[in-house]
Amino acid sequence: MEAVWDFLRHVHDAYGVNLVHFYDGFERGRMLRGMWTTLQLATLCILLSVVIGIVGAWVQGSRSRLLRAVVQGYIQFFRNTPPLVQMYFFYFALGPMMPRVENEYGIPQPILGSFEWAMLSLSFFAGAFNVEIFRSGVEAVQKATVEAAESLGFSRWQIYREVVLPLAVRVCLPALNNNLVNLAKTTTQAYAIAVPETLFVASQIWSDRINVFEMMVTLLTFYLLLVGAFVWLMGRLERALRVPGFGK
Amino acid sequence: MSTWTPEQPIVAIADVHKSFGKVDVLKGVSMDVRKGEVVCIIGPSGSGKSTLLRCVNALVPIDRGSIRVEGQEVHDPAVDKLELRKKVGMVFQQYNLFPHKTALENIMMAPVMVLKRPKAEVEAQARQLMRKVRLDGKEDAYPGELSGGQQQRVAIARSLAMQPDVMLFDEVTAALDPETVKEVLVTIRELAEDGMTCMIVTHEMGFAREIGDEIYFTDRGVIVEHGPPATFFTEARDPRTRAFLSQIL
Repeated sequence: MEAVWDFLRHVHDAYGVNLVHFYDGFERGRMLRGMWTTLQLATLCILLSVVIGIVGAWVQGSRSRLLRAVVQGYIQFFRNTPPLVQMYFFYFALGPMMPRVENEYGIPQPILGSFEWAMLSLSFFAGAFNVEIFRSGVEAVQKATVEAAESLGFSRWQIYREVVLPLAVRVCLPALNNNLVNLAKTTTQAYAIAVPETLFVASQIWSDRINVFEMMVTLLTFYLLLVGAFVWLMGRLERALRVPGFGK
Repeated sequence: MSTWTPEQPIVAIADVHKSFGKVDVLKGVSMDVRKGEVVCIIGPSGSGKSTLLRCVNALVPIDRGSIRVEGQEVHDPAVDKLELRKKVGMVFQQYNLFPHKTALENIMMAPVMVLKRPKAEVEAQARQLMRKVRLDGKEDAYPGELSGGQQQRVAIARSLAMQPDVMLFDEVTAALDPETVKEVLVTIRELAEDGMTCMIVTHEMGFAREIGDEIYFTDRGVIVEHGPPATFFTEARDPRTRAFLSQIL
């Protein structure tokens, strides 16, 4: 590896292309920790927002009008307001209301940090879309298939889990992919509440080292690879879920 | 809880009324089905035949009247629908298999999930049922890879896996092409010969005549007349029955 770093150092000296965030051990550490934070944030948000989507779509089929209204209100709120404003609302308006706990130095601090607030607000934001996406899949499942499950004595939850959801997922996977790709990219918004994710550390590095152009290219390449890997995974999932003779 | 004995009708339908909005689909239907009996219900489209079957396993609630299965009122709000559906199996016109599960999985799902029976035991039974409906070798095929007739036989096996006391067949051959109708009818006939109580809504008159112990003719929500096939098809009294039979025989 050292040879590569030496080469990049030479590139900097000879051509003025400053890739200090690769060859300098300190900057490299910051950069990698930022990317790791992005990866964690994106993964947790994707999982949580999918859970919200699945549960929300189930509740939308509930007999209770109150429950349906709660889900509807949730969707309207999170879909019709800007995600950055939502994140500010969570962090600056709700955050101070939360109980405080003592940290390892004995100083009281909010129970949820900026990472947690970013995770929650982004998950709720994408979750609202996911509910609608899953609902569209649920509505595409034939009523007769549900009836067959009913006539075999399945409970409502068993029908959803074993019949409706597996079929709905196959229908709505392309739309779900789109939303999750958007979500992965929107994690950069956590910059606004100082979550040390990739964009945040990149801006620190380019302020310290004045290598804005190189950092931008690095950032774009990172997201291209990250989202590319995610899309590839989802493509594999889609193929794995393919059922012979279904949906053709 | 009533005390039902096998001498009493296994399905007792009394004065059942059902309307969808302003349309009266069932207008006072009564019929008794005894254990081991095969009842065929015929009649023009829209006469309420399918609705009647769907009321028997509580897929559709009734407005008035009573339906008892083994003495248990089906439309009592306190009734355990699960208990009812363990007793009553249903096969549909469009097969309604679970398209994301193999034939064998389709058969195994309900006994494992609903009856909580051990998987190995259920699988052995499911394989046996596949042989019974002559589909051994197709265990791992998905519904989309099977013909209509094959799917319908899987659907029959799926219902039988719950070991019901009564089987409801709702125009099970109506969506099939003529060559495959026969393979499904053969399966149903074998069931009937094994002593299964069957309520069959059908347009296959020849089949009804051959297999039925009692034929019911329904029209516009009422039972016009009924009788054993030997007399029903030759000595129908009501002009509506005669008109219907003359059209299709």
